[in-house]
Amino acid sequence: MNTQLHDADSIPLEAIDVSDPQLYQDDTWYPYFERLRREAPVHWCRESRYGPYWSLSKYKDIMQVEVNHQIYSSELGGIAVEDQPVGLERESFIRMDPPKHDEQRKVVSPIVAPANLAEMEATIRERTIRVLDGLPRNETFDWVERVSIELTTMMLATLFDFPWEERRKLTYWSDVAICNVRDPVAPVHSEQEKFDEVKKMAERMAELYNERAKQPPKFDLLSMLAHGRATQDMPLREFMGNLTLLIVGGNDTTRNSMTGGLYALSQHPREYQKLRDDPALIEKLVPEIIRYVTPVIHMRRTATQDAELGGRQIRAGDKVVMWYVSGNRDPDAIEDPDNFIIDRPRPRQHLSFGFGIHRCVGNRLAELQLRILWEELLPRHPVIEVLAPPRRTYSNFIHGMRSMPVRIPMH
Amino acid sequence: MPKVTYIEYNDTAHVVEVPIGLSVMRGAVNNNVPGIDADCGGECACATCHVYVDPAWLDKTGPPVPGSQEASMLSFAAEAKFNSRLSCQIAMREELGGLIVRMPQGQH
Repeated sequence: MNTQLHDADSIPLEAIDVSDPQLYQDDTWYPYFERLRREAPVHWCRESRYGPYWSLSKYKDIMQVEVNHQIYSSELGGIAVEDQPVGLERESFIRMDPPKHDEQRKVVSPIVAPANLAEMEATIRERTIRVLDGLPRNETFDWVERVSIELTTMMLATLFDFPWEERRKLTYWSDVAICNVRDPVAPVHSEQEKFDEVKKMAERMAELYNERAKQPPKFDLLSMLAHGRATQDMPLREFMGNLTLLIVGGNDTTRNSMTGGLYALSQHPREYQKLRDDPALIEKLVPEIIRYVTPVIHMRRTATQDAELGGRQIRAGDKVVMWYVSGNRDPDAIEDPDNFIIDRPRPRQHLSFGFGIHRCVGNRLAELQLRILWEELLPRHPVIEVLAPPRRTYSNFIHGMRSMPVRIPMH
Repeated sequence: MPKVTYIEYNDTAHVVEVPIGLSVMRGAVNNNVPGIDADCGGECACATCHVYVDPAWLDKTGPPVPGSQEASMLSFAAEAKFNSRLSCQIAMREELGGLIVRMPQGQH
């Protein structure tokens, strides 16, 4: 780890490759981006496992790409620095440009409309209370397993109206979909195996989808897809892609914020105490957690034409990677960005949800779940000891936390 | 200085002076008017400063320019209506003095 920290400042600028998933598993990415922001905010990496790509590390450059979807396409090459494997591509609306993106997104977005969120709040609260009341005392347990996965899986089952007793399958499919197949602990070890598992997921979902297509429309994602004009006749691959998108989007990111938030507070005991003294700060705590954790490490675009960006010449066809982890730590956009501060004046100004037409559909639902978690956690378990840092996922895309041992002391 | 009336979803009204040239969004944020989040800070990139322009004022504010980034972002906003605008895209002018805008149930 120390050699890497040293490397960040001494290796030639052009040799910096922030797409290495090891940097995120080891949590050693910070100095590389510090240097990129300082010396090469729009940086060309000529050689990487994923081919050549541009790295954007400053908030304002990322914003410029976010709002120029005509120039920076999601459809041309997808949304990750790693291309989807040839022949096994799964289309989804996050990987589309207008107009098709717009049509499909609008089918599912009403599920998180304000009125529906208000209706979901009581259910989420009741479940959160049940999970928190069931936690052991004076005993080491895995926060990810007992809290983060449990709560987000229940949420997913509700969003899909998926059979309750089968709900852990949703978590498994989400893990399959986002895993890096080169990770020894990944649930699948080749792209073909991943494709086959995602296909099984689609087949199970198709059974439910077909039932719901015959019933009157109701407010769950499968019913909405089945009745939506833009989504009712999707080819299998597109069905697979869109389901993956909704499962990962509705699960993984919030799961990791539930873990990362507790970890951040444990590393900043003064902030944790501030929160106990004034629980009204939860409203600002939640967006600060989402910024600090940055659950999605990057999004990628592909230039549709030559363009100038931050003084550099982008050519048509170039890969452009927006590193949200770095933009969220950009001191020119966010004051004292490396610190976790739960009473920032403008905590919602962060890149974690993306901006522009692809901005996270479920952002308010994610915030709602986190708010309820902390509202119910503080009075029940004001002290939670984090016994070791989280074990992180080998991925340059999802900022995953696989486990984190904690203990709730006896009162 | 021209004034803008911001009406929250729960009908609470806030009357605020907004300098010429400043956006209607900024007028709310600078005066801590609740109900306008403006997560992107005025880049027309998030649709969390969504307002309904009082129909009597629509002639003066105009609708979003068709095909614009604002129109595109608004098309994804929950509960967009004929009089929806992103308040970061309405710059204050003398003739907008007295403008009334209402906030949606939530900003998405």
